[in-house]
Amino acid sequence: MIDPELATRAVRLALERGATDAECTLAEGEEFSAQVRMRALETLKDAGSRRAGLRVLIGKRVGSAHTSDLSSAGMRQMVESALAVAAISTEDPYADLPESSELGSLAGDLRLYSDDIHNFDTAARIQAAIDAEEAALSWDPRITNSEGASFSAYAGERVFANSRGFAGSYRMSSCSLSTTPVARQGDSMERDYWYSLARSHSNLESPAAVGRRAAERTVRRLGARKVPTQKAPVIFDPITARSLLGNIFEAVEGEGIYRKASFLEGKLGEHVASENVTVIDDGCLAGLFGTSPFDDEGVPSRRTVVIDRGVLRNYLLNTYTATKLGMRTTGNAARGVTGNAGVGHGNFYLEKGQRPPEEIIRGFRRGLYVTELIGQGVNIVTGDYSRGAAGLWIENGEFAYPVSEITIAATLQQMLMDVEAAGSDLEFRGSVASPTLLIREMTISGQ
Amino acid sequence: MPLSDSFFGQKFGITEHDLESYLSEALSAGGDYADLYFEYLATSQLSIDESIVKSAVQGVSLGVGVRVISGERTGYAYSDDLSPEKIRKAARVAACIANGPSKVDKTGFTEVRPRDLYPLVTAPNEASLDERVELVKRADRAARAADHRVFQVQASYLDSLRQVLVATSDGTLSTDRQPLARLGVGVLAREHAANGNSAPQRGYSGGGGRVGLEFFELEHTPEHFAREAVRQAIVQLNAVPAPAGEMTVVLGPGWPGVLLHEAVGHGLEADFNRKKVSAFSDRIGQQVASPLCTVVDDGTIRNRRGSLNVDDEGAPTQENVLIENGVLRGYLYDKLSSRLLRSKTTGSGRRESYQHIPMPRMTNTFMLAGDSDPEDIIRSTPRGLYCANFGGGQVDITSGNFVFSASESYLIEDGHVTRPVRGATLTGNGPEALKYVSMVGHDLKLDEGIGICGKEGQSVPVGVGIPTIKIDRMTVGGTGGD
Repeated sequence: MIDPELATRAVRLALERGATDAECTLAEGEEFSAQVRMRALETLKDAGSRRAGLRVLIGKRVGSAHTSDLSSAGMRQMVESALAVAAISTEDPYADLPESSELGSLAGDLRLYSDDIHNFDTAARIQAAIDAEEAALSWDPRITNSEGASFSAYAGERVFANSRGFAGSYRMSSCSLSTTPVARQGDSMERDYWYSLARSHSNLESPAAVGRRAAERTVRRLGARKVPTQKAPVIFDPITARSLLGNIFEAVEGEGIYRKASFLEGKLGEHVASENVTVIDDGCLAGLFGTSPFDDEGVPSRRTVVIDRGVLRNYLLNTYTATKLGMRTTGNAARGVTGNAGVGHGNFYLEKGQRPPEEIIRGFRRGLYVTELIGQGVNIVTGDYSRGAAGLWIENGEFAYPVSEITIAATLQQMLMDVEAAGSDLEFRGSVASPTLLIREMTISGQ
Repeated sequence: MPLSDSFFGQKFGITEHDLESYLSEALSAGGDYADLYFEYLATSQLSIDESIVKSAVQGVSLGVGVRVISGERTGYAYSDDLSPEKIRKAARVAACIANGPSKVDKTGFTEVRPRDLYPLVTAPNEASLDERVELVKRADRAARAADHRVFQVQASYLDSLRQVLVATSDGTLSTDRQPLARLGVGVLAREHAANGNSAPQRGYSGGGGRVGLEFFELEHTPEHFAREAVRQAIVQLNAVPAPAGEMTVVLGPGWPGVLLHEAVGHGLEADFNRKKVSAFSDRIGQQVASPLCTVVDDGTIRNRRGSLNVDDEGAPTQENVLIENGVLRGYLYDKLSSRLLRSKTTGSGRRESYQHIPMPRMTNTFMLAGDSDPEDIIRSTPRGLYCANFGGGQVDITSGNFVFSASESYLIEDGHVTRPVRGATLTGNGPEALKYVSMVGHDLKLDEGIGICGKEGQSVPVGVGIPTIKIDRMTVGGTGGD
């Protein structure tokens, strides 16, 4: 564990050397990973590292520095380096730290750290990966190859202190199990994956469940074809819907808003989505990946309603973007260990609806069920959306055949308005989550 | 350069004797091969936003990675502390992968004497901060002056100097000093009209390489990138929705070479082919592109962003022919895959940092020039899409399906480039897409030096390039408005 005193000492030293304010972050982490492929161990990685970062203000000038050398000489050099770069920056009237009254940390056990990730020795971890891969390989004779399976575990700690009197720290743990089978049928070769991710080993899905799900997802892609170019309704499965939620986050985070670089800028209080869309950011949910007792400026995490039944209610802000917009921070400051804080999310999710996904699919005459999106074709400034997709074609409520090498396009504005249903299948597999979503119409480009 | 005169010899007193003892420790449980990767990375980052230099960051990172290979197995550990006991501990952890007597019999090191592709008297981060901050201030001023419709400008400048030392149980020792600098300008523009402002559009341009600050003084000036970013944003103000469906696509020279990176490059990385999970597996000698296409990956071009004197396993980089006249010729190998596939490393072993295990990666990937006049290529196209600039791309190497996103493209109507269209994603299948290349221009151009390639969570700088080419059939994913 890191001595939290190191952070307060760096802050003190910065003030002694001429800073008017300072904030210091320390991060320590240990990572372990075991990768297996075709039933044999391929890679073992086991190591740890530490980093320190400092941000100083000299009046309204800001400078930052970071180092991997946490010795007193290394920390001293970091302080001098931050002060040196502050001297060449420009005065920024909005540069500041949170008010003392805004600082604080959530009480209670947020279940971010569990000792049980250390309960399993290397052999057991390797075995879990082998079992997950085996479950996939033995699921279907068409699964003939594998990109492997891996088990990883992480334990870390984060310390933060600033010159307004905040000092806090928290520990985190996580472990994950994943596998990527490869299936072949004639000339068609496809891969897909599945994974489980948890803060506690006891919450990890079984290797058999992970392998089986990966196998099902892979085999159903075999023999994929293009479809004719057309406009049609599209269902996003929870994995692809999650990436859409990621796009919504980018459109409501404060930096894009104050720069007018988001299609949702200036839309507070307006209907920006259908009634089926309620989007929440909640950094307080115990045991989840978007949870923390305080944000990266020392402000307690909280729950913010972003979109309430289609109406845009709040942006997500840190101190800087809040000041720029004449608002208050929502406790969404995020950064690595250094530099000005950006805006991040807690657990950012779309509230589940009433209907199970099977029922949404059954009620679907014809259209696309998307299971994979690739590429970066999303423009948050304009809302233009065009991404590579793969999935399953649905006819009369049933999966007809797999589809690939197509794109789906629309604007995010229209897609949000066109959400006709949200499924009841909300599940957190990371810090962004969505249930199955049905979008009334998009342009599918194929043959 | 003798080790005692090298960066790690001078600054940390590391000797050949130390390196040998760490490698012995790494091979103490057996194994076929071990290596040590020492890295010292100093970075600076300066950015301007709303004409205010809001962010200035300097940092240092230091560490060593220890790798042991035993058959198909790799053990890896690292330390951010260069004390002998911490390095030995990392070596012992990496050694856990092996069991049995070591097959390595090592005595002494031979120094790899590579090229000098980025000879620098002064690395960018050794220049004064004032000089460097002036670059972003100039970019900001130039972008704002270029057009009254510009209302937001962000410019950022990043540089790094990486000192590396790679010692291997093969007995090679290499050191390198790798500078990297990059300047980027992003703008937002909108029309001002009596009935309110139009929706904003963005433009982005940037460049750099393994260069000193003088790179930004001649043609690659902050003003050049600023004006280019503004031009792209202004073009977009008049853009119509992109078409949807299969059509002829003409790619302009330079950055659109990202097509090659996605469509063929990744699929030819030897790790995927060792595992036979690539759409290109077992296809060496087969026709995978039209005979007009010759594609190379070349890590030896002076001062380019993707170039390296030695790769991150200490092997000299080289020019590798991937596709010659449409025929698949070779893969990109790192040491592990070359060992297992009984080939030679192609100098393609790269890693993000000492915390990462090397794997086969691209350097600068481009298509050689052909004979066609770029204007003839456009004139010969009755209807299609002309793509001048791209954002990023992505590929599924197993199915071979790839996408890349056009950030600046135009309709081609009756052999003329006409209206600009909004962002569209193009999609195709790797081993098929280049078979439809029907014309290749004589105007090969490499990109300006801003590419970053991500693979399995590791990012490395790369370059791409292409002449103007015509692809008779490709799927364009717009919203269909035409």
